[in-house]
Amino acid sequence: MDIFLQQIINGLTLGSVYAVVALGYTMVYGIIQLINFAHGELVMIGAMVAFSVIGALAGTQLPPVLIVLAGILVAVPVCMAVGYTMERIAYRPLRGAPRLAPLITAIGISIILQHVALLVWSRNPLAFPQIIPLVSFNVGGAIITGVQIAIILTSLLMMVGLTLMVYRTKLGIAMRATSQNPQVAGLMGIDIDRIIAFTFIVGAGLAAVAGVMVGTYYGIAHYSMGSLLGMKAFSAAVLGGIGNLAGAMLGGILLGVVEALGAGYIGDLTNNVFGSNYQDVFAFLMLIAVLVFRPSGLLGERVGDRA
Amino acid sequence: MNLLELTRLEVAYGGIKAVRGINLKVPEGELVCLIGTNGAGKTTTLKAIAGLLPVAADAIRYEGAPIGGARSFELVRRGLALVPEGRGVFGQLTVAENLAMGAYVRSDAAAVSSDLERVFSLFPRLAERRGQSAGTLSGGEQQMLAIGRALMSRPKLLLLDEPSMGLAPLMVQKIFETILAVAKDGVTILLVEQNARLALEVSSHGYVMETGLITLSGPARELLTDPKVRAAYLGEAD
Ligand SMILES: Nc1ncnc2c1ncn2[C@@H]1O[C@H](COP(=O)(O)OP(=O)(O)O)[C@@H](O)[C@H]1O
Ligand SMILES: [Mg+2]
Repeated sequence: MDIFLQQIINGLTLGSVYAVVALGYTMVYGIIQLINFAHGELVMIGAMVAFSVIGALAGTQLPPVLIVLAGILVAVPVCMAVGYTMERIAYRPLRGAPRLAPLITAIGISIILQHVALLVWSRNPLAFPQIIPLVSFNVGGAIITGVQIAIILTSLLMMVGLTLMVYRTKLGIAMRATSQNPQVAGLMGIDIDRIIAFTFIVGAGLAAVAGVMVGTYYGIAHYSMGSLLGMKAFSAAVLGGIGNLAGAMLGGILLGVVEALGAGYIGDLTNNVFGSNYQDVFAFLMLIAVLVFRPSGLLGERVGDRA
Repeated sequence: MNLLELTRLEVAYGGIKAVRGINLKVPEGELVCLIGTNGAGKTTTLKAIAGLLPVAADAIRYEGAPIGGARSFELVRRGLALVPEGRGVFGQLTVAENLAMGAYVRSDAAAVSSDLERVFSLFPRLAERRGQSAGTLSGGEQQMLAIGRALMSRPKLLLLDEPSMGLAPLMVQKIFETILAVAKDGVTILLVEQNARLALEVSSHGYVMETGLITLSGPARELLTDPKVRAAYLGEAD
C-alpha cells in the first residue's frame, strides 16, 4: 500500500470538511470581526440531528442515499435556525460593544449548545447505522471509499457555490460591501442587519452539511464533537488568513493533509517515540510555524484594513 | 416646496453638541450649499440627515415627512443619497460592483442600465476602469465613483460632503461641472464645501456654519459679495 497517497486521500477528505467549516468562521469574522466560537457546535448539532433522522429511517427500505439526504435536509434548516437565533439574540445586541463582550458571549453560547445537546441526546454517542455498503476503489496503490469521494465532491460543490454567490450575485457583493464598510453599505440602501443574519445562516447551513459528512466518515456523532473540530477549522481559517474565503478553503485542506501525513509518518520520523495519535500536535506545530512567518495567514491581508 | 427642511436641528456626540439648533431649507430642484471652516459641524449635519446619527424626528423633514432618526438604508429607498466625506468607495470591489451597490435598492433593470450609461457618459474614466478595484483609483476618480454610485440610486436629494477635498484644481473643476450637470437633470442638491467661492458660485442659496450654528444665510450671489464672507471664507481683505 502506498502510505503517502493514502494519507493524501484521507487528508483531502478531512481537509475539505475543515475547509467547509472554516468558511463559516471566516465569513462571520469578515463581516462583523467576531470569532464565533459557537460555530463548531453548529457542526455538532448538524451531525446529531441528521443522525437522529438517519437512525429513524434506517429500518425502512429507502435507498441509503435518500436516507442520508433526508438527514441533511432536516439538519440544514435546524442549524440555520440556531445560527440565526444566536446572531439575533446574542450578538446583535452587542454589536457596538467592546470586542471582548461578543467573544465571551460566543464561548458561552458554545457551552450552552453543548449542554442542550447533552440534554437532548444524552452523553452516549449516536452511531451511524450500517446502511451504506462499503464501496472502495484502488487508485495507484491507495484506497478511496465511496464516502470519501462523496465528501470531497460535496465540499467542492459547496465551496464553488459559495464563491459564486459571494462574487457573482448582488447579495454576495452586498456582503462584501458590508464587510468593508458597514456604514457606507447602509448608505447604499443595504440593510446590514439582514446581510449579517444571512451570513450566519449560510455559515450554519455549511456547518450542518459538514457535521453530517464528518459524522458519516467516522461513523459516530456525540455532543462534544464540535469542540476540537471547531478549533481545527478556526485554526484553518487563521492559517489561510481570517476573513478571506479562498484562505479558509486553502487552510482547511492544508491542515487536513498535514494532519494526515503527520499521522502516517510521525512514527517513522521520531523513531516511534511519538505515535500517530500525535497528529493534532503535528498539525498545530505547522500552524504555529506558518503564523510566525506570516502572522496574517497565507492569503490574509492586514487585519483591520477597512475602507 | 422644500424638499428638505431642518428645524432647530441639534446633534450631539455623547454629551457634546456638535450642531446646536440650526434651521435650513433646500427647495426642490435647487442647489444649496453649506460652507464653513473645519469642525463647524457640516459633516455632522449631513450625517444626521442621511440617518447615520440619532436626532429628534421632527428636526428633519423630507418631502414634508419627519425623518429624523430614520435608518439610512430606508432613506435611500425614499430618494435620499449621501456622498460621504472621504468618498467611502468600497476599495476591494470593482468600479462596476461599486456602481451596482449604488443601485442596490432598485429592481428596474432596464432603467438601471440606462442610468449606468448616463454615469459612464458623465465620467468616461469610470467606464474605462469598470473592472478595476476601486482602491486602485486616484482620489479624483474615487470621487467620481462616489458621485456616480450615489446617482445610481436615482436620488431626489443628493447630499455631497466636500467633493473637492484633496483634489487637484483641474479635477475640482471637472467634479463641479458634473455637479452642475446633475443639478440640471433636476436633482436637488445640498453641497457641503470648504471651497466657499466655488460652492457659492454654483449654488442658488448658501448657508454659513460656525461652531454648530448657522451664522449667515441668503442667496449665494449676495453671500459672495458680503464683506464678512469675503473676509472669512474667500480669503479677501477689504
Ligand atoms: N464621531 C465623533 N465623535 C465626537 N465628536 C465628533 C465626531 N465627529 C465629529 N465630532 C466633532 O463635532 C464637531 C463637528 O465636526 P464635523 O461635523 O466633522 O465638522 P465639519 O464637517 O464642519 O468639518 C467637531 O468639533 C468634531 O470634533
Ligand atoms: Mg466635514
